[in-house]
Amino acid sequence: MTIRHHISDDLLLSYAMGSLAEGWSIAVATHLALCPDCRRRLVEAEEIGGGLLEGTQPQAIEPSSWESVRARLSERPAEKAGRAAVQAEKPIIPRPLRDYLGGDLEAVKWRSLGKGASQCLIRTEENTTQVRLLKIPAGKPVPEHSHGGRELTLVLSGAFEDETGRFGPGDLEDADGSVTHQPRATPDADCICLAVTDAPLRFSSWVVRLVQPILGI
Amino acid sequence: MARIDDDGDTEAGLTALLVAVGTNGDVEAFEALFRHFAPRIKAYLSRGGAASADELMQEAMLIVWRRAALYDPSKGSAAAWIFAIARNLRIDAYRREKRPEFDPSDPALVPDGEEPADMRLAASEDAERLKQALTQLPPDQAEVLNRSFFSDQSQSEIAAELKVPLGTVKSRMRLAFAKLKAALRGTGEES
Repeated sequence: MTIRHHISDDLLLSYAMGSLAEGWSIAVATHLALCPDCRRRLVEAEEIGGGLLEGTQPQAIEPSSWESVRARLSERPAEKAGRAAVQAEKPIIPRPLRDYLGGDLEAVKWRSLGKGASQCLIRTEENTTQVRLLKIPAGKPVPEHSHGGRELTLVLSGAFEDETGRFGPGDLEDADGSVTHQPRATPDADCICLAVTDAPLRFSSWVVRLVQPILGI
Repeated sequence: MARIDDDGDTEAGLTALLVAVGTNGDVEAFEALFRHFAPRIKAYLSRGGAASADELMQEAMLIVWRRAALYDPSKGSAAAWIFAIARNLRIDAYRREKRPEFDPSDPALVPDGEEPADMRLAASEDAERLKQALTQLPPDQAEVLNRSFFSDQSQSEIAAELKVPLGTVKSRMRLAFAKLKAALRGTGEES
């Protein structure tokens, strides 16, 4: 896997600081699973967190804190249930996204978006982002859309192209509200990608806009 | 067992303490780590305004104790590793969100290639340079970084509070990251 489009510095730093919402973090963490280079950059970002923690003005702790902790050192916390049975085949989708889907690609329950495209909405525990898996048929466009804010798109299989370049497996596109783009799956295979947005997509086509509330896209 | 006669306040000393906890279950080493980190973690965890910061701090330190065997000093400093534990606890406690993370043992993970040999040569010097660089950040970049770190504010929340465009917040974060990275790597950075 040759990754050309990586996590931007500001996004990676926000993720490392812990101030990035869950939805965006799914795309960032799943890219990290696919990209050793970005994992090395994350280590540096977390060093900055360590440096800031070191520089924090210490706050007096309860005098009994150490004794309370020491008394609990021999506690054996309940171990999480053993890992799921070893899969016969290597999954396509890495964690943490696989956990959100409840399994690999074959577990995804697709809902049609029309024209052969389909999606699967992914639930998170916050409401500032929308997270979905999209499947675009080979050679077909995603309905043209602009959006109010950031949109992260992580390719999981196949590839798409738009005005800004070509995006293959592992590539992360980071688009802001200024972009109206026309992504199109490359002709060789269906494109499956994770799309995270911070506002409902505003499709430019009035037909799509009309059905948007119904489809919940 | 090797005695740690360092006071634990240098990065190399703290890292040695954490390694001693991880390899030998060394309670004295853990107490020294506790004395150093507990008041800082409490301050970090009380930024969300919680009265229960002391209890949360104790939880964080217990996680440090239980996971210390997983700590790999070649992958970063003790402060960074402990920070990540406190950060995840804070997200869980205050935002009640999941913290999505990759799993190093996931068969779908693309493994690391050959590590550059010079990845971590002089941890103490790194820490000193980072400390210097943090104090020398331009105020607008430090402000954005501090809000992200201490106040848990998203980029758009920071933009709204500072009344600047979102793009400005992003570029300040990028500039800050570039300066601090250069300091960590010990490479000069032309401004």
